[in-house]
Amino acid sequence: MSVRTLVTGLGVVAPNGLGVERYWEAVLEGRSGIAPLTRFDVSAYPATLAGQIQDLLIEDHLPSRLLPQTDVSTRFALIAAEWALGDAKVDPSTMTDYGMGVVTANACGGFEFTHREFRKLWTQGSKSVSVYESFAWFYAVNTGQISIRHGMRGPSSALVAEQAGGLDAIGHARRTIRRGTPLMVTGGVDSAFDPWGWASQIAGGGVSRSTDPQGAYLPFDRAASGYVPGEGGALLVLEDAELAMARGLPEVYGEICGYASTFDPPPDSGRPPGLRRAAELALSDAGLAPDDVDVVFADAAGRPDLDRAEAEAIRGLFGAHGVPVTAPKTLTGRLYSGGGPLDVVTALRTLTEGVIPPTYGPSDVPREYGLDLVVDEPREGRPGTALILARGRWGFNAAVVVRRFTG
Amino acid sequence: MSKTISLDDLRDLLVQCAGEVTGVDLAGDIIDTDFEEIGYDSLALMETGARLEAVYGVVIPDDDIAELKTPRDLLDRVNQTLVEAS
Amino acid sequence: MTRRVVITGFGVRAPGGSGAAAFWDLLTSGRTATRRISFFDPSPYRSQIAAEADFDAAAEGLTPREIRRMDRAAQFAVVCAREAVADSGLDVGALDPHRVGVSLGSAVAAASSLEQEYLVLSDAGRQWEVDPGFLSAHMFDYLVPSVMPAEVAWTVGAEGPVAMVSNGCTSGLDSVGHAVQLIHEGSADVMLAGAADTPITPIVVACFDAIKATTPRNDDPEHASRPFDGSRNGFVLAEGAAMFVLEEYESARRRGARVYAEIAGYATRCNAYHMTGLKTDGREMAEAIRVALAQARTDAGAVDYINAHGSGTKQNDRHETAAFKRSLGETARKVPVSSIKSMVGHSLGAIGSIEIAASMLAIEHNVVPPTANLHRADPECDLDYVPLVAREKQVDTVLTVGSGFGGFQSAMVLRAPEAEAA
Repeated sequence: MSVRTLVTGLGVVAPNGLGVERYWEAVLEGRSGIAPLTRFDVSAYPATLAGQIQDLLIEDHLPSRLLPQTDVSTRFALIAAEWALGDAKVDPSTMTDYGMGVVTANACGGFEFTHREFRKLWTQGSKSVSVYESFAWFYAVNTGQISIRHGMRGPSSALVAEQAGGLDAIGHARRTIRRGTPLMVTGGVDSAFDPWGWASQIAGGGVSRSTDPQGAYLPFDRAASGYVPGEGGALLVLEDAELAMARGLPEVYGEICGYASTFDPPPDSGRPPGLRRAAELALSDAGLAPDDVDVVFADAAGRPDLDRAEAEAIRGLFGAHGVPVTAPKTLTGRLYSGGGPLDVVTALRTLTEGVIPPTYGPSDVPREYGLDLVVDEPREGRPGTALILARGRWGFNAAVVVRRFTG
Repeated sequence: MSKTISLDDLRDLLVQCAGEVTGVDLAGDIIDTDFEEIGYDSLALMETGARLEAVYGVVIPDDDIAELKTPRDLLDRVNQTLVEAS
Repeated sequence: MTRRVVITGFGVRAPGGSGAAAFWDLLTSGRTATRRISFFDPSPYRSQIAAEADFDAAAEGLTPREIRRMDRAAQFAVVCAREAVADSGLDVGALDPHRVGVSLGSAVAAASSLEQEYLVLSDAGRQWEVDPGFLSAHMFDYLVPSVMPAEVAWTVGAEGPVAMVSNGCTSGLDSVGHAVQLIHEGSADVMLAGAADTPITPIVVACFDAIKATTPRNDDPEHASRPFDGSRNGFVLAEGAAMFVLEEYESARRRGARVYAEIAGYATRCNAYHMTGLKTDGREMAEAIRVALAQARTDAGAVDYINAHGSGTKQNDRHETAAFKRSLGETARKVPVSSIKSMVGHSLGAIGSIEIAASMLAIEHNVVPPTANLHRADPECDLDYVPLVAREKQVDTVLTVGSGFGGFQSAMVLRAPEAEAA
């Protein structure tokens, strides 16, 4: 009998809401976090819209001691982790240190921090480089800082898989629980809104050049023209169900009951991409059939060829119009390693609240996609199981299945 | 005329380089308190050492910085160097 | 029924000679591969030496297009992956690609490409903002380095789980440990696992200068990496890669594969203490060792060789020595312990995998590599560190460990193919 993995705490730092309650309100009300990027003058750049986190006074949430040594992305991660642990009513100091671990995904590292240090190196000389550069930049920084802040000494890791990495982190945290660690903090957060990071994202070719905040990111729409990059993400507390119940847990958001990841065949192979297979494997891991799925949270790349491929994968698995599909991430932009975990949060709230949030924006979905895309208005229902999909550039696919916890 | 640095100057540098620990009153009487007690580890002191060099031109050799346990030790060392250099 | 995982092929690129034979020759001769940095002018830096690899991408069989496209670390990874597959005798074309995965470790990934790109984009640092006229498609690949395991997946035709494990200096142990877990649970039958890092670039040199972690012994590069010696004063930065073919034991046996070693145990813990600092008691590394040995069903007394992290910082050498004593008890004083970083330097995320290769070869040849440059051990480091000269010894079980920024402490147990669990 394998261990069941419950989600008992959520921490959200998203462009359209800080904290899970504000974020969920924003999702239901259609409040978007997409606006012109204000961190620096973007007027000369070919893309100007971003899902930017506003109004977060870092100093109110983190001790000053952590500020000189952290990139903005790590600050977001530390805040989200603290919120998630608070939400789960976990006091790590009362628990066995080796029984708690951290797995985060990271796509860009502490990029703004490192950009400043590169600049100091090349303009002021090597002695001006901060002692903190040695860890503020690297991809494991969020895992390490969360582990230190909360005294978590169990198996921990950091994974990179572009936009798919966040689901991989959740999958690996679940694996770690099944291998005997009772509690994991997991998820992902990213931010690279310094000029170099921004230029690098644009250079990737997928970013929308539209200047209309409502029309820039329209996944599955005929007018899809790319994605809007965002920052932030989510961290979750996952627990071994039996041990969580033994501590008399207050609230359960749901169960992570399936996960899988696959990689696409080489681009010239002529074979279909691996997204559908990831979904199938995740369902089989959960012991469920496609019929059991009540809603799909799509990867929603926002590029016509990728949207078509995802629609084919969903249609192939569920049949035409076989399952409600949604992508509330049009309100935040794509968050790299934060995207998958935030979608899992949205899916869990969907299950607990009994309402599917819509995809704001798309209005002209090609009929041949065969998608039952939830648009405009939240859809009432009583969904019990959700499938979350994510794809990372170069061929990464990941899928997570969550279901309502019934005890 | 030699320039020396004060405890206030050092406080500012420490906060810039490493922030401050909640619950520690840096404005209080800290001159003989161990750096560790007021929340500054070896990394914080290395960053501060690098800043001292950049701002005041004072070089404290690697091995010595670990020996300087309190703000007074550090100030004495820095000011002695500044006086000698003037 | 637990699935067992074995190594059936490997490829390595380390400083001091190209390829597996040169690597083992260097390790058993006790020579070192450190020199004054030649990739850029190191004179402004505190530490001006490194263990550079003489890597000729074209001679290694990469096409001009691959060379243009890939960061140096990705090139190392791809070359080692191809070599590992060839060495394993596995016909990957005949495998179900869905059952083949990749797990690649790297700490700083595309750092060297980022630095070159930065100089162009910023006009050598003069501009904070970037001229959008200079955008090139590779910028995104360097920003988000998961292109590296993707390159490995393409080269071996993997379509199963593909992961990049970036746990700083334990990446090379943890990426292989990650792959082992995927085979255990049945997510893949074959994994290309390993790590690559090519961090010898100004920004990385400068950030280790800042924390004084690298040695400033610039006048004597050959003798600069001195793990456990009383005179050691920091590590020598290095580059390199190692990749392995890992297979589920039964299927490897069925195809008559040559088995180098079984990966019998793996565990990782965090110290939750400090991003760069270590407590002197070695508690968390000891716990990782204890768990890895338990997983391997191996008593401390059965360990024939410990491949140490041995970076050559005072803090590490003492921490690690304490961890061995704490986890192995009396055995710690009897078993040979050595650090190959004394010879090939510390290639950050890659070194854990390179050390797995060394451990595996120690089993293969029944030879323990020495700790070079160890003349007078630090009095607080009082174990048998195999100074200077390689030692012939029956080696069936090896413990290899890693320790890194972020507090990661990892341990792996390798066992000779014919040696059964006690």
